[in-house]
Amino acid sequence: MAHESSYVPGNVVEKWIDDRLPIIRWSKEHLMDYPTPKNLNYWWTFGAILAFMLGVQIVTGIILAMHYTPHVSLAFDSVEHIRRDVNGGRIIQAVHATGASMFFAAVYIHMFRGLYFGSYKAPREILWILGVLLFVLMVTTAFMGYVLPWGQMSFWAATVITNILGAIPVLGTPILELLRGGFAVDNATLNRFFSLHYLLPFIIAAVVALHIWALHVPGNNNPIGVEVKSSRETVPFHPYYTMKDLFAVIVFCIPFAWFVFFAPDILGHPDNYIMANSQVTPAHIVPEWYFLPFYAILRAIDFNILFIDSKLGGVIFFAGAILVLFFVPWLDTSKVRSGTFRPIFKWFYWLFVANFVFLTWLGSAPAEGIYVLLSKIATAYYFIYFIIVLPLLGRFETPRPLPTSITESVLAKHKAPAAAQPAAASTSH
Amino acid sequence: MATQSNLAHQDDPKPGRRDFLYIAAGAVGAVGVAGVTWPLINQLNPDASVLALASIEFDLSGIEVGQSVTIKWRGLPVFVRNRTPEEIAEAKAVPMSDLKDPATDEQRTKPGHEQWLIMIANCTHLGCIPVGDSGDYNGWACPCHGSQFDTAGRIRKGPAPTNLVLPPYEFISDTLVKIG
Repeated sequence: MAHESSYVPGNVVEKWIDDRLPIIRWSKEHLMDYPTPKNLNYWWTFGAILAFMLGVQIVTGIILAMHYTPHVSLAFDSVEHIRRDVNGGRIIQAVHATGASMFFAAVYIHMFRGLYFGSYKAPREILWILGVLLFVLMVTTAFMGYVLPWGQMSFWAATVITNILGAIPVLGTPILELLRGGFAVDNATLNRFFSLHYLLPFIIAAVVALHIWALHVPGNNNPIGVEVKSSRETVPFHPYYTMKDLFAVIVFCIPFAWFVFFAPDILGHPDNYIMANSQVTPAHIVPEWYFLPFYAILRAIDFNILFIDSKLGGVIFFAGAILVLFFVPWLDTSKVRSGTFRPIFKWFYWLFVANFVFLTWLGSAPAEGIYVLLSKIATAYYFIYFIIVLPLLGRFETPRPLPTSITESVLAKHKAPAAAQPAAASTSH
Repeated sequence: MATQSNLAHQDDPKPGRRDFLYIAAGAVGAVGVAGVTWPLINQLNPDASVLALASIEFDLSGIEVGQSVTIKWRGLPVFVRNRTPEEIAEAKAVPMSDLKDPATDEQRTKPGHEQWLIMIANCTHLGCIPVGDSGDYNGWACPCHGSQFDTAGRIRKGPAPTNLVLPPYEFISDTLVKIG
């Protein structure tokens, strides 16, 4: 949605700046005047919520780094020091720790929004790919951050997850030793994870800038998935969506604040209040809730596939579960973007959502008995959805008729109740 | 003049002296960049202080029959188990066809010291430490992903691909072992 800038410098200073670095012009064009479809619903506020969460994590993270010590014998105590001694540290640490969970809750909603409304379809493939890349960066950052408090869960998460790379044939062990800086997870590992945990959020911020750039070229998708046809179907980003997004951020902060103030540890594990011990693994180790679906997929592969042993197989499926997302724009063959107009897609889509929640639950269950079989079934559906359902559905499904424009769809919504009103009034007579 | 000769060069389909210079300069540059990058990556590898702990000596005399201890070698936990005669007999009775990663009990121990089972304690799946005296095979069971090992530390069930790894070790005397 490239458009001519309407910016006119208001005075000589602005004019002087505009001739040298047109940053005010750029800001007005992209942060204020950016034309946005007028029919966006609240699912579209999660982009702003995510930007807000990135800011929260960077600010609280920089503060925590001022009090934290990345050393195996001091790290655990330094986190307790932050929580007990540092002024306001109890709250700042809780914001950062529960902030990670809120961040992931928002990103999952944002991604499922994209999957339902077909936001990945042409011409928004690069926008979607950058989004998946952001998700991968978030996963990496969150994992390294979780290691820093150096509790039992931190240590064993680091051991198990780095071991995943050990499954790579031939190069596995050298890569593993390179990553850990030793034969086991130890001080060298903790130090480099701290360094990278500090670096990655800024890489994320840079990719977010590309993500927004890639958004501003084609413009937003919208709930009916029909492209904007005229400027009458858009409203300027400011004040319409800045206000709507701000309202959504405030509502989002209510559960966030509840966690921070009343239950900062409810999403964590008691074992992480035991300092890391390389000699004993906790009886039941599970990752943080936001990694559980992928963890369930990793564990589901407990059998050899031809020459691929179960360990490598689990790793391939684990990585594949994320990598498949990069290809969704080409796997979904339907020309219709919005799931609203795809009667059969809806069933598969909601089954996929339920299956994802089910995988989350399975990831927290022990790896035994019926859970193993259920994990295999749920893992199978996860991949079937992307590799079989999406490509075939585009061929066989008959979509419902699309509205010709956003205006038509918005007016139809408003006409319906208006038409029903006199009908209801006449029956009461 | 320069512009003219450049244009003439572009029209010429045959690789000339200038192409050679481009490629040669680029190749030298690439080698230089690789040379500078390597130390920046290599610093991630285990450092001298980690490598210095390569071998340890351990006194076995305090370990009773049926007892197992976990010691540390190169930062890795190592199981040292004084196996009971029943455990040894159980391990020897297993037919090779039942094993995912076939190895005889003799291959898992040192001749003359077969009551001693010394192995790296990390599960070969994803590195958790299995719990001793448990599982269906009276050996070890991993709490993380459900792998089970028998009384010779061989994989019997679950996602682990291989038996528990044996570190390089030798007996200096009947009660002193050198690991590494």
